[in-house]
Order: sequence, then structure tokens, then C-alpha cells
Amino acid sequence: MYKYDEIDRAVLDARTAEFREQVHARLSGALSEDEFKPLRLMNGVYLQLHAYMLRVAIPYGVLSSEQLRSLAYVARTYDRGYGHFTTRQNIQYNWPALVDIPDALDHLAGVQMHAIQTSGNTIRNTTTDPFAGAAADEIADPRPWCELIRQWSTTHPEFTWLPRKFKIAVTGSPEDRAAIGVHDIGLRLVRNEAGETGFEVHVGGGQGRTPIVAKIIRDFLPQRELLAYLTSILRVYNLAGRRDNMYKARIKILVDAMGPDAFRDAVEAEYEASRGRAMTVPVEEIERVSSHFAPPAEGGALTEIPTGTQFARWRAVNVKPHKVKNRAVVVIPLKAPGATPGDASAEQMDLIADLADRYALSEIRVSKEQNLVLPHADKASLGDLFRALDEAGLATPNFGRASDIVACPGLDYCNLANARSIPIAQAISTGLHEAGLDDATGDLTIKISGCINACGHHHVANIGLLGVDKAGEEVYQLTLGGVGDGQAAIGKILGPGLSADDAVTAVIACVRVYAEHAQVEESFIQTLNRLGTDPFKEAVYGA
Amino acid sequence: MKTITANRLTDGRVVYLTPDNRWTENADQAIRLEDDATDAALDTALLDVLTVVGPYPIEIDADREGFAPAGRKHVRETIRLTGPSAGSTKTGVAHV
Repeated sequence: MYKYDEIDRAVLDARTAEFREQVHARLSGALSEDEFKPLRLMNGVYLQLHAYMLRVAIPYGVLSSEQLRSLAYVARTYDRGYGHFTTRQNIQYNWPALVDIPDALDHLAGVQMHAIQTSGNTIRNTTTDPFAGAAADEIADPRPWCELIRQWSTTHPEFTWLPRKFKIAVTGSPEDRAAIGVHDIGLRLVRNEAGETGFEVHVGGGQGRTPIVAKIIRDFLPQRELLAYLTSILRVYNLAGRRDNMYKARIKILVDAMGPDAFRDAVEAEYEASRGRAMTVPVEEIERVSSHFAPPAEGGALTEIPTGTQFARWRAVNVKPHKVKNRAVVVIPLKAPGATPGDASAEQMDLIADLADRYALSEIRVSKEQNLVLPHADKASLGDLFRALDEAGLATPNFGRASDIVACPGLDYCNLANARSIPIAQAISTGLHEAGLDDATGDLTIKISGCINACGHHHVANIGLLGVDKAGEEVYQLTLGGVGDGQAAIGKILGPGLSADDAVTAVIACVRVYAEHAQVEESFIQTLNRLGTDPFKEAVYGA
Repeated sequence: MKTITANRLTDGRVVYLTPDNRWTENADQAIRLEDDATDAALDTALLDVLTVVGPYPIEIDADREGFAPAGRKHVRETIRLTGPSAGSTKTGVAHV
């Protein structure tokens, strides 16, 4: 993992001290709420329905066990004993008092964590494959590039007041697990014919009110030119992006309005104009940063296999291949039947930190599916790891299956939401379990958003639900066919909106159609493409 | 009928304006305003910048003796009143 140097630490200490002064100024009246709001947002502090919410950045979803224990400490000390892992690989606390937040940030700064740029019209936390540096199919490790982007973008003066927020995702594997097609910039590590590694650059993707799949504007960008090229993209967007209408201010709207070719031309012109002056990353710096992400040593062979079908099922679904011999990637779904997607108690966080120390080189990842991951588990200890997770209720074998449901906080917590998400997710998960459908099927994603901002990623769900307000009542739109990872696609509305109860029934009905018609090892999308929407429509709305 | 609600500055908790211009977490003590008196009460509440953030009026049910949010935002305001209906830290009721 990357370790902060003295510059990082000094910047962080200065920032937390500054925010403490800003909070004091607001409480004393020296700052008005209008003056304070953009400052608190720049430090990840929102005001939600019931309380302030603190969003803490988890850079590219990578945590040490020490950092996870600190997140548990904050949950226990300043919240109500829980944290909520988000679809952007961050963590949110729903109950901290404003007066306590500077202390919480001081504690987090002690383990190199902060909330800088987790809100505001800035470059947000860069996200990546939760299996980065471990995935067996990886071309190159994306983490050093994520770290370089972090260093370049953090408090970057030119890009602190963009037209709108800006999200970058990076994948190092042919099998995209970072949803690069629905980010403002998506970067895919590729090799050219000469065997050199570089980036395929996607721009203008996004969800929200106007879901659009990103367009490729560069087939191959040399690695060292990454920050120079990102600067060119951001510069074009910063100058030409709309600031008169927040709903049309994202880069996807600009790319769409200009057309991908004209946008590419503008970026290339800016890139050419800045050649020689722009930042080309020195080879030594790439090597220095990459040295923090060395592959793990080989693990031990798996010799003790627990009896019974539970371990076999867990291993088949939640354990994924690793690039290093006798290591494995272990997914810990925070999705037991009826659970709140993404919520983890302080005790669960402490336990997972302990298990990471004991069995997995002290490293944890957060996935955009709101799960935790042990990326470097020792195969020799898989049996012990399974037993410990199972005892804690953390071994539900449903990673990527129907009950691995993603949901935003929705109207139970969020100030922007129009409808609730969590109880819908819980009811679907419980219903699937009772029907024996929770992990009986193949790959299937169900995602729920409580408003059009789409934090629950419903647009790219195989089965998506969007909560809307219809004359004061919560109504849910059902979509089918969305895909986030790989060849991104936006789901299509199946029919009229549904009440909460009917939406739960409808989703379970769609899963049942899939389970009944799927051929061997067929994913939901494959089944949907083969059958069309008619059987699903009939199951939901009748003949 | 309306009342005025806001979030408390220090901790963000939901509060309601009382008839004597204090703020309370107890909705039963909230001021009950005829529509034509709402603007004046809101103007007063907006001045209290060291106690609350973002005061705004909400509809309440005039026919109910106890405090009951009404109107188009009744689900949102009921969740603010009782706490989250779901989630690991829920305090509210499942069905609003």
C-alpha cells in the first residue's frame, strides 16, 4: 500500500486544522451558513435528513487493517456503531455531530485518511477494480496510476471549481470491474502491438438524470502521458462545460453536445499546445509509486478443506483466482438475507481487520457493490477464514448473485432522495431467500436508487429500480438490461411504475423467470437477450 | 396548517419551532400555524442562524390532535420525525 510522505502528512494536518477553525467560525457566527456550506462540502460534510453525514475517502477502495480499525473507532465514537460503504468505494457516517467532526478527522488523519474532495465540484476519489493487484486476468496493476491521479488531483488549484463533480475510474483487466463506461473518464490499461502498456481513454460516461455510455477518444495513450492528457481533458471541460444549469454541467453533456470527434479534436489540440510544458511523469516517480504496490509473496497450499457443502459453495461463489500462487481473492458480501446493503458494524470492521492481519496480509478493499474484499488471502488458511466469517454471519455465498443487492441510502437518510431504497432491498433479499432464489442463479445484478441521481447505479443494473415521488407517494420504475462492468449498457424501463410492495414482488418475479429459463451457466443478461423482455413483462404486469 | 422545521446547527438533529420561538425535538410542542401566519414565523426562524440551519415550513394535518405531517412531503417529513424506517440505525416505523 502507498505510504504518505512528509508532504502528504503536512497537507493533511494543515487541512484538518483549517477545517476545525472553519467549524468554530460557523458556530461562533463569524461564518454564515452560505459561507460555510461550500467549505464543509469540500471536507465531505453534508447535512442530511436527520443529522450531518461525513463521507470519508478510501483512495481507490484500498484499506489497511489499521485504517479499517480506525473507521470502526469513528463508527463507535462519533456515530451509532455503524458505517455505510458506498458505491464509490468510500464510507459514510450518518450521525456525527458537527462539533465532533474535527476530532473524527484528526483521528483519521493519524492513519492517512481524510474526507477531502468527497463532495463539491472537484475531482472525486478515483475508483478501480477491487481485485486490483490480485486479479489473475490483470494486464497491469491500476493502483499506482490511481495513486498518481490522487496526488495530481488533490487540491489541484485549476480543478477545484469545475462546472460539476468529476469521477475517474481505472481498470487493469480485460474484464472490467470498475464500470469505466459510466464515468466522466474511464481508463483501461492495454498493451499495444509493440507490447507497451498504456491507456485506452473513455470520456463522457455517467448515470444520473442523463445516463450515457462513455466514448473512446484515445485507443492508446503512453503511460507517462496520463496526467498531461487528463489535464487536457479537464481543461477543455473546465472552459467549455456549462455552468448555467447544474443538470447539464457534467462532461457527458459537453461530449454529447460537441460530438465525440469534436471533443477529441479539442482535447488533442490542447494536448499538443501544452506539449513540452505539461506534466510527463518521470520514470523514477512511476517506479517509486509502483514500489508501494509490489505483488504479495506466494501463500501456502490448501490442505485442510472443511467438510460439508457450505465451504464448497462459499469457495465457488465468493473466492476468486489470484495472480500469485496459493493466494486467493475473498469477497465478504455485506449482504446477508435482510441486511442493509453496505452497512458494517464497528465490531464487524474490527473482526475483518483482524482476519486480514491473520490470513490476508493486512489488506482490505471496498467494492462498488458495497462489499469488502480480502485481496491477498492465503489459500492455506481458507478453511479457518471461512469458519471465522461464517460464525460472524459474513460468509453468505452470494457475490454477484441475485441477493448481492446494491442500494443507496434513499429517503431514510438522504436529503436528495424521493423514495426509500433500503427497505426495498431488504424485502427483496428476504423474499429471494424465502423463495430459495438468493444464490440459486448465475450472475445477476439488482441495484436500487432512491432518486434520479442514481447513487444506487440502477441504470446499469440487470434489474434496476428507481424510486420517484408521484403526487406524494413512493413509486418505483423497473428497468431491465443494464450493465455496468464490461460493455456498459443502460437499462430500459419495463412498464408502468409500481408501488413499493409491487416493486418487491416484481423483482422477485423477474429473478424467478430467469431461474426457470436460464441455461447452464447463463447469466441474467444472456437469458434476457435470448428470451427478450416479454416473459419478464408478463410475470410483472400479467398477460 | 403548517409548522416550521429545521436542523440544529451543532448536530444536525431535526427540530421544530415552538410558539415562544424556541426550538424543540419534541414535535408535539411545535407551533401550529394558519397558512397566512407562516411567512412571519419563517422570517423569525431564519434569523436564528446560530441555532439552526435551513428552516422551512411543512404541512401538518389540521384534523389530527397530535403532530402528523401532511401534504405531498408527508413521507419525507414522517421519516424526519420518527427517524429512518430502515437501515442498521433505524428508529422509525417500517410503514409510513
